[in-house]
This record gives sequence, C-alpha cells and structure tokens, in this order.
Amino acid sequence: MKKRSRHPGSALLRLAVHAAAGTTVLVLGFLVGYILVRGVPNLRPALFAPTYTSENQSMLPAIVNTCTMTLCALLLAVPVGIGASVYMVEYAGRGSRIVRLVRTTTETLSGIPSIVYGLFGMLLFNNAMGFGYSLIAGALTLSIMILPLIMRTTEEALLSVPDLYREGSFGLGAGKLRTVFAIVLPTALPGILSGVILAIGRIVGETAALMYTSGTVAKIAGLSDSGITLALHMYKQASEGLYIEEAYATSVVLLVLVLLINFASGRVAARIGGKRG
Amino acid sequence: MEIAFLLAALVSVACVTLICVFLLANGVPAMREIGFFDFLLGRTWKPGADIYGIFPMIVGSIYVTGLALLMGVPIALLTAVYLAYFCPKRIYRMIKPAIELLAGIPSVVYGFFGIVVLVPLVRALGEPFDGRGNSILTASMLLAIMILPTIIGVVEPAIRAVPRSYYEGSLALGATHERSVFAAVMPAARSGVQAGIVLGLGRAMGETMAVIMVAGNQARMPKGIFQGIRTLTGNIVMEMGYATGLHREALIATGVVLFVFILLINLAFSALKRRDAR
Repeated sequence: MKKRSRHPGSALLRLAVHAAAGTTVLVLGFLVGYILVRGVPNLRPALFAPTYTSENQSMLPAIVNTCTMTLCALLLAVPVGIGASVYMVEYAGRGSRIVRLVRTTTETLSGIPSIVYGLFGMLLFNNAMGFGYSLIAGALTLSIMILPLIMRTTEEALLSVPDLYREGSFGLGAGKLRTVFAIVLPTALPGILSGVILAIGRIVGETAALMYTSGTVAKIAGLSDSGITLALHMYKQASEGLYIEEAYATSVVLLVLVLLINFASGRVAARIGGKRG
Repeated sequence: MEIAFLLAALVSVACVTLICVFLLANGVPAMREIGFFDFLLGRTWKPGADIYGIFPMIVGSIYVTGLALLMGVPIALLTAVYLAYFCPKRIYRMIKPAIELLAGIPSVVYGFFGIVVLVPLVRALGEPFDGRGNSILTASMLLAIMILPTIIGVVEPAIRAVPRSYYEGSLALGATHERSVFAAVMPAARSGVQAGIVLGLGRAMGETMAVIMVAGNQARMPKGIFQGIRTLTGNIVMEMGYATGLHREALIATGVVLFVFILLINLAFSALKRRDAR
C-alpha cells in the first residue's frame, strides 16, 4: 500500500483527497486560531464586571444567565429523556408501535432548526401560557430542543449494558424497577453523562431559539425575567458593529467554553469505551 | 412506574404535535388572508403596505443552501475519504476528534468569523462586479464551512462500514489504491453519502444567526451572487422583534414554510438512513 502508483488518474484523485482534507483542516484551524489570536488580547477584567453598561460591555450577567438557563433546561429535559429511554430500552417490546412512533418523533425533533423552536416557544410559552420574555420560557424551549440528543445518547448507553447484568440482578431476586435503578442506570451513567454534557454545549451556544423567548435584557435575571445569554450577547455586539473588540473577547470565551464542554463529553464517552475494551 | 416511563417517552410525541399545532394554527390563517399563492409566489415583501410575498426569501434560501452544498459537499466527501482510507493512524487520532469538536462551535461564532474575515474578502472579490461584502456568496461560503463537520461526521463512518473485502478484492484485481476506494468502496457507501449530504442540506437551510450576520438581508429577488439576499430564517429573525398583527402572522407563516421544507428534508434523511441500515 505504501507504494505510490504512477497511474495518472489515481495520482489526481490522491491529490484531490489530500487537498480537500488540507482545506478542511486549514479552514477550521484558521477559524479557531483567528478568533483566539484576535480575541485573547481583548479580554479585559472590566468585561467581567458585575453590571452591564453601554460603555462597559460586561459579559458577567450573560454568563450568569447562561448558567441559570442551562441548569433549568437540564432539570426539565434530563429526567424526561432518561425516563423515555428507559421505557424504550427496558420496557417496550422490540418493534412495538410506540417505540417506532417515539423514534420517528425524536428524529423529527432533532432535525428542526432552532429558529422554529424559537417561534414555537414564543407562541406557546411566552404568549399562550403568558410567561412573557423570561428565562423560564427560554429554558422550556431549549429543554425540548435537547430532548432528542439526551434520549439518543441515553438509549445507546442503556443498550451497551450487557444483558448478563440484568439477568444476574433478576437471578438475585430483584424486580424490574430495582434492576433498572440499581444496576442498569449506574452502569450506563458515563454514557448518559456524555450526552448531558453535549446538551450543555448546545444550550450555551444557542441563539435563534432564545432571541424571542428569553429575550435580550442585559442583566442578571430571575426565572421570570428576561435575561440575555452569552451567545445572544455576542450576537448583539457583533451585529451592532459598535463593539467589535468586545465581540472578539466574548467570542473567545464562548468558543473556549463550548470546545471545553465538547472535549469533556468526548473524554467521558471514551472512558466507557476504554472500560469495555 | 412503567406508566411514568411511558409518559416520558410520549413527551417527544406531544412536543412534535404541539409544534405542528401551534405553528399551523398561527400561520395558516395568515396564509389564507394573504392568499396562499400570493404568499408563496409573491415577489414583493412590503409589510408597510401590507404586501407579503415570500418568494424572494424562498429563492434566497435555495440559492444560499445550493451554493453552500456545491462548495462544501466535495470537500467534505473527499475529507471523509481521506480520514477513512488515506490518513495515517497518528494523524487520524488528532484530526478526527478535532473535527468532531468543531461541529459544536456555536453559529454566532461562525457568524462573527464571517463578519470579520469573509465579508472583507468577498467585498474585495466582488469589487469589479459592483458587489457587496454582505452577499449570497459570503453566506454560502460560511455555510459551506459550517456543514463540513456535519457531513464528514456522517459520511466517514458510512465509508468505514463498507466491508474491507470490497477494497481488497479490487486491489487483487489490479486496481490502484485510489481506484479501489472510489470505484469499489464509495458506490457501496452511497446511501450513507446521500444521508450526509441531506443532513448538511437541512443544517444549511435551517441555519439562522450565522446567515443573517453576513447575508445582507435585503428582501428582494436575488440579483447575482455578489448581492445581498434574505433567507426564510432571516426573515423571521429580522422582523419578529417589532411585527404586529398580520405582519407577525406572516412571519409565523414563513416559519411554517421553513418547517415544511425541513420536514421533507428529514423524511428524505431517515428514508436514506433506513436503506443504509438494511
């Protein structure tokens, strides 16, 4: 395989493949590098001041709101997602109608663009349920958005638990429910966790679904107040064009945060892979 | 307790139903009031004069998405081939996780990169043609970059899933390494490749923030790739903040049109994936 063929067509294809791979790596590497190089010098301590003013575009309120939002959305989505996956894997019979229906709908949910979630959240939570612009409306919207992600990763994790564990538990006299909670879920925990971390990454980076649900008020907000998140904060700075330096700084924080979160998810997922192999 | 788990499983069904009901209930009356065909095929969008035709936005979305696929798909496919059949193990262990990480970069960060890097670049390119920086070309270049990790993530496993014997058989018949990969392995991975492209299509069509940051957002028929355009997603975000009455409903109806497009794309995606699994 090491021997290079001299066939001209093959050489051309080889060139194209390498050029494409080089382009992908270069473009994506350049993007990350550019943001870091231009952004890090703009990180000033004042940008983390407790309050936001138009002179000092502090991102601290946005960071706090992002944390609140993440926590709420996870509290809503994770129990439902895990419960649903437990039903799909442990209770439902193979090929049951309900399983097929649920699978189709989760696939649909995972393909819906975030702006459609934003519209829906605005119509249901802000208007119909009367929450108005509020963190809770945003969190509810995002919890639906991350549900398919959590269900998919949890299902995979549950399926990877060997049946021997279940049979052993039954053999010792444990019931179905006990087996699920004492044996299956703890074994699947790393897989579930990696999905949850991935979901955090999506929440932190989300903008379109939040613009018209949680709104863009730049202060530390309670659940029923409108509060901007970090990604929206960055959108506002970048699109207004007045605060490009600050936008660079915010983009570094956002980028590093999301990359770290995704990296952590990968590491957690790799740990189960390693344990099994 | 089984009931509780069942209820949790049905939440996703309820969500899809609710989304459909709320979007349709709020969007369809506007379509009826404006006139279904006037809405879809009208070439003028002037909320001030109560004229709501979203044809320019539909065309805009299709142009931007199409160009993005044209630029992104070949690069993504060839990169996936590289990862599966050309890449030394040592490099693979570095590139593969890096590309997976990049799939998670928020769209605002891509959008910002578009503003500070791509817009000036395209402005310089378009100078001779009386072009602008915020244009169809800029938006589709940005989308092409954004869908790279998405497509690679689906296609590479599909290529790897092709039995090694296809490749080896081809080699044994005297074909070169490259020819074996492209003539024996790739055709067998076809539905995976198609699924990847369709997923990229859905992602590009539904992308909102990154696109409105660089597309210019003029609500008129496209006049060339160096001119600005507004997409369906952009239309919603640009005006929802201040719209009221019929205008607001027309924006929700724009969301319905987008939703229908995406549902069709998803349908195609799951059909392809199912064929792949078989």
